[in-house]
Amino acid sequence: MAEPLVVMQDVNKHFGDLHVLQNINLTVGKGEVVVLIGPSGSGKSTLIRTINRLETIGSGTISIDGTVLPEEGKDLARLRSDVGMVFQSFNLFAHKTILENVTLGPIKVRKLKKADAQKRAMELLERVGVEHQSNKYPAQLSGGQQQRVAIARALAMDPKVMLFDEPTSALDPEMINEVLDVMVSLAKSGMTMIVVTHEMGFARKAANRVVFLSDGQIVEENTPEEFFTNPQSDRAKDFLGKILTH
Amino acid sequence: MIDILTEYDILGAFWKTIQLAFFSAIGSLVLGTILAVFRVSPVAVLRNIGASYVNITRNTPLTLILIFCSLALFGVLGYALAPRESPTYIVDNAFRWAVIGLSIYHAAFVCEALRSGVNTVPVGQAEAARAIGLTFGQSLSQVILPQAFRGAIAPLGSVLIALIKNTTVAAIISVPEAAALMRVIIENETGSLIVFFIFALGFVILTLPVGIGFTSLSRRLAVKR
Ligand SMILES: Nc1ncnc2c1ncn2[C@@H]1O[C@H](COP(=O)(O)OP(=O)(O)OP(=O)(O)O)[C@@H](O)[C@H]1O
Ligand SMILES: [Mg+2]
Repeated sequence: MAEPLVVMQDVNKHFGDLHVLQNINLTVGKGEVVVLIGPSGSGKSTLIRTINRLETIGSGTISIDGTVLPEEGKDLARLRSDVGMVFQSFNLFAHKTILENVTLGPIKVRKLKKADAQKRAMELLERVGVEHQSNKYPAQLSGGQQQRVAIARALAMDPKVMLFDEPTSALDPEMINEVLDVMVSLAKSGMTMIVVTHEMGFARKAANRVVFLSDGQIVEENTPEEFFTNPQSDRAKDFLGKILTH
Repeated sequence: MIDILTEYDILGAFWKTIQLAFFSAIGSLVLGTILAVFRVSPVAVLRNIGASYVNITRNTPLTLILIFCSLALFGVLGYALAPRESPTYIVDNAFRWAVIGLSIYHAAFVCEALRSGVNTVPVGQAEAARAIGLTFGQSLSQVILPQAFRGAIAPLGSVLIALIKNTTVAAIISVPEAAALMRVIIENETGSLIVFFIFALGFVILTLPVGIGFTSLSRRLAVKR
């Protein structure tokens, strides 16, 4: 495998009595694309959010490119800037224009000059196909456009790894592909990605590995082809049976 | 009637009221913003300081706060806010203490208005801010507070209107604002009902545009989601 980039070791987390992450061990190599899949409530969002410490963990360690996640403060902020995150609900900054959304991080965190940040932002907006909307506000864009801007905003930080938490599940069906296309081309460009999604088409096209999570445990990992056609565990069979029948 | 208008400087007194409201509004906005930051900060000590301040101040009558400023801080401890050799020393000193007292009191309400504004900002906004690597302070100043202020414009307008009316309390520590002059005129002249209406009208003229202005501002600046 390629050099490890994200390493989770014996990670446990509780929400009160609920043992939401149970002894998670997961290594994602540089340039690898991992799809995280599992039933609702299995802990997919929680897992992916621990990687940039939007959720704290109870025990275990998480390191990114050799650095263990810092507790709080400036070190954590610096590390987060290397980890791009795309949310289900886009979360574009509602009071800022599209261009400002993409330049905020580079200007405030990377200390880029405004003109340089804008030039780079326009390149990224062009790459995701929303360059003509740069002066609008998020609410003026469709969901698919907003999500593509969110991807550009994350890319503007030149992240080492990109995290996606069900990036297409809040979208109208006709907008899902425009977002998936951007993600596929990102994967092809060599970006390390961890993606929570039920889009099997994306997993087949872009993922190196599918990780199946159930009740807070990693139950099965395999290549997309193997996982979807020949699942090993009962829980995976049961789960795939449910999502394939509709 | 005409005598009253020519003999007494009613406009001058209202000008004092406006000045009092203006400086106290700035003072309470600054202090209230700091308190609001305290109240949403991740540091428990700061949150407690903010909460205690708001609870104590909100539940103390403004009259007591102003009398405390004037009597305890100035009268007993001798903190003067104007040079004693100045010819307008007494008036300036009272005015400045009144601004401080009004700011202290209304900061609690500004803080709560802002906090209600913070509650209009979805958690996802703060998460996205943190996710791109903004520090806590940057998330606050770049993402949360700008949206919180817009969400808080209407309640801030209510605080400002209350503040304008509450400047009348400054009369008790001898600030020569509108209410103080009204009392003087009513004592000296007959026809006190008319005097009363003149001053009431004055306050309506001051507060009504504030209400209308803030309502339209809050509509215009509302964050579209
Ligand atoms: N802040 C929280 N406090 C308490 N319980 C929580 C919290 N967040 C999530 N949970 C619980 O933890 C479990 C895992 O939640 P999580 O959101 O990670 O699941 P998921 O796999 O992403 O599900 P979905 O597919 O519905 O998004 C769920 O049972 C959920 O109710
Ligand atoms: Mg989820």
